[in-house]
Amino acid sequence: MELNQLTAHELLEKLKARQTTPKAILDSLHARIQKVEPKVKAYVRLDEPSLSKGIKIRKEELGGLPITIKDNICTEGLPTECCSKILQGFRPPYDATVINKLKESGAAIFPLKANMDEFAFGSSCENSYFGPTHNPWNLDCVPGGSSGGSAAAVASDEAIWALGSDTGGSIRQPASFCGVVGLKPTYGRVSRFGLIAFASSLDQIGPITKDVRDAAILTGIISGYDPLDSTSVNQGVPDYTKSLSGDIKGLKIGIPKEYFVAGLDAEVKIIIEEAVNKLKNLGAVTNQVSLPHTEYAVPVYYIIATAEASSNLARFDGVQYGYRAQSDNLIQMYKLTRAQGFGREAKRRIRLGTFVLSHGYYDAYYLLALKVRTLIKQDFDKVFRDFDCIVAPTSPTSAFKIGERAQDPLKMYLSDIYTISVNLAGIPAISVPCGFTKKGLPVGLQIMARPFNEEMLFRAAHTFEQNTDWHKLKPRL
Amino acid sequence: MKYQTVIGLEVHLQLNTKTKAFCGCSTDFGKAPNSNVCPVCLGFPGTLPVYNRQALNSAIKLALAFGCQIQEHTKFDRKNYFYPDLPKNYQISQFDLPLSRNGYLDIYSQDGPKRIGITRVHLEEDAGKLIHETGVSLVDFNRTGIPLLEIVSEPDLNSPQEAFDYLTSLKSIIEYLDVSDCDMEKGSLRCDANISLRLCGAGELGVKTELKNMNSFKGVKDALTFEVERQTRLLEASQKMIQETRLWDVEKGATIAMRTKEGAKDYRYFPDPDLTVFIIDQSMVSHIKAQLPELPREKMRRFVKEYGLTEYDAKILVSSKNDAEFAESCIQDYPGKDKKEMVNWLIGPLLSEANLRKRKLHELNLDKNELISLIGFVGRQDISHLSAKSVLSQLIDTGKSARDLIQEGNLQQISNADALLEVIETVIQENAKSVSDFKAGKTNALMYLVGQVMKKSSGKANPKVVGELIRRRLADA
Repeated sequence: MELNQLTAHELLEKLKARQTTPKAILDSLHARIQKVEPKVKAYVRLDEPSLSKGIKIRKEELGGLPITIKDNICTEGLPTECCSKILQGFRPPYDATVINKLKESGAAIFPLKANMDEFAFGSSCENSYFGPTHNPWNLDCVPGGSSGGSAAAVASDEAIWALGSDTGGSIRQPASFCGVVGLKPTYGRVSRFGLIAFASSLDQIGPITKDVRDAAILTGIISGYDPLDSTSVNQGVPDYTKSLSGDIKGLKIGIPKEYFVAGLDAEVKIIIEEAVNKLKNLGAVTNQVSLPHTEYAVPVYYIIATAEASSNLARFDGVQYGYRAQSDNLIQMYKLTRAQGFGREAKRRIRLGTFVLSHGYYDAYYLLALKVRTLIKQDFDKVFRDFDCIVAPTSPTSAFKIGERAQDPLKMYLSDIYTISVNLAGIPAISVPCGFTKKGLPVGLQIMARPFNEEMLFRAAHTFEQNTDWHKLKPRL
Repeated sequence: MKYQTVIGLEVHLQLNTKTKAFCGCSTDFGKAPNSNVCPVCLGFPGTLPVYNRQALNSAIKLALAFGCQIQEHTKFDRKNYFYPDLPKNYQISQFDLPLSRNGYLDIYSQDGPKRIGITRVHLEEDAGKLIHETGVSLVDFNRTGIPLLEIVSEPDLNSPQEAFDYLTSLKSIIEYLDVSDCDMEKGSLRCDANISLRLCGAGELGVKTELKNMNSFKGVKDALTFEVERQTRLLEASQKMIQETRLWDVEKGATIAMRTKEGAKDYRYFPDPDLTVFIIDQSMVSHIKAQLPELPREKMRRFVKEYGLTEYDAKILVSSKNDAEFAESCIQDYPGKDKKEMVNWLIGPLLSEANLRKRKLHELNLDKNELISLIGFVGRQDISHLSAKSVLSQLIDTGKSARDLIQEGNLQQISNADALLEVIETVIQENAKSVSDFKAGKTNALMYLVGQVMKKSSGKANPKVVGELIRRRLADA
């Protein structure tokens, strides 16, 4: 096995035992990128000249181990453009809190940033200004989105591990499509400072990794209260690796009936059912449960998320940074900058969000959506009174073809039907590989838990993973 | 009067906190453009606001002084609009759950005291400043994010003078609480006015005009006065009033139409998801309440009670906190039995000196001990009241002691009869008419003769002694 194929915890062992060096790991990554990146296109701005700078070897915990970062997480001095033309040339003069934490732990921030849907608007990575990323398991398919670049880089061994962001499934769905592990932490668990906001009340940064242990390590590093983020929660961060006990005997698992209805791909359904059986065999107790407001999750999400986005993206106006269209007239400059700087999906969401907040529509849309959001959250609270976790598919299908849903936004939005409720409820959820379709595309199993009970997710996902081989399979590229 | 004037004022007050409302930048006035800025107040992508507790404290303080109800739950909302001085293109403000509501402010108008309702007091952030030069407009973001209180009055004011009195009372309270510089010229206090006229006795309010761009209290009064006349003219001519915003042009002394209601914006307010709803701890509120200083109204009542001042005099002294403190320490330290002596000096000669110099009492830098000593000289008849007034003026200008000034000016009063008799003799010789008038029983003539002696002695003669001597001299004759 090449170094770049190993997990982070395997490499950390080797670094500790002085069997390898950060430089050797980087070299193996660069070699891999040279070989497969033209096919996968997980990274953006490969020709950026200043990015060939060396990476420092660090003494701390992570010993200079490189990590790949999604293009919407601010990295000091490195381009951070959310894969949008409107942020062209933006190099933040500050690091996101997660980047600071990683650097303090000795991680090396990989200078190439991972591709994504523009401003995280999408489920396929096709909405990137830099063009789509390809699924390493089938280059004709999408890697999922919006953190498609991060997931594809990890799946194709072009990255050891990566950070993504998840607003409605943007970590879990691409993790599922690419056969890797992805975690959306509890809202408030990880600081959002330095994450370029899509929908502030839903966004969380989280890990995309080759196995559950790596996800537990990385979550431990990036979590914790941040005085710079009022929505981060002041609660201690446990050692998540301690929850990797490999034992789920007696664990009470709820299976939400609303997640196994029309729209769920038959093959995916069978794979998920087999995974549930596996959990049962490992000692878990499963029962059907109900999350009755599930059907409202997609509309509620597209009201709240776009409302927040329309306001969050107002600052991209050509005045201070990023792309600016030339005009003598201020209003014209605003209009041209935004018309030329934003892609189609970004414009669609800004319009939608502006509409639902407008005078006369606010109560009927935004306010109502907030109320239903509370009901959705209460659905989960109720189930978690009796169950330790909820298990469901991550996505109703495996990876779809590039271009297949690009013209049908509604169909694209339904890709996130199983992941969106988790963000609305603010709870944590993980996607872990649980099988492959006959065409060889990965399928992910989603596990959800109570707020701030990431340990439960790691415990269940790790036990499942250690008793299956799905995570060990590698795409042929 | 045929029409009743109805005025409501909206005051924006910059709080004098050390740092901005949502970041750690300094709020110092007059710094080089764009030097008090950071990524947060510049609204850079990925940055997040964190509210300033000091600003919240000041806001609660002021709201309590107005007798407002402090809300238990409050939140920040986003007011969305595009403008180059607003880096995020939304302003963090408060919409439907303001910090406090339902307060009042007492004013002392010509018709006596009057209670003006305060609708709400809420916290928001200030915008930057546009500087227009030939061919180019520049933005200074130093002001961006400075905490701003919006204080909205009920339409309880019925004349431009009442509006002026309201602002004066407001300023006085703010000064007592030391929460703002309150300087309209520096822009730390800004005032917009809504004004409409209605037929006396009419129930419904007339069509209102919003007035902006006044940069002094007098400007507010002048603009309102102009508007009362303009609206009266329109109503008399039976012209239809339109709801509009008008700007006060101080040069022209007129208001000029800016925009009509049709052009009003939809600000698409919604709760700022970066700042969670917060609960105002009632124990904190009671703590702040307990620490509120004595406010002008209470101080006035106390001055009347403790020092025997008239309500009129007390009102003058308490209108400025520093003046009140200076006055009170003068009164307290005054050794004479009749404190009224000191009071008369304070609100008489001293206040005239202050007005002459367009300054406040305390700004005269007068050493209270010198004032006390000066009053002592007068009391002992060492100098005349007239001379003392001129010494007072010199005390202020030179900072020398009263004793030195009296000596230097050779102002000791002449009470010695021998020294005066010669002058009196001359005056009697020169004013035969007055002498005969006096003898004929016209007492006024005596006053005239005393005046002539005073004149000849350069004001140093003791008028009482002179009067007595003349009377005796003429009785002898």
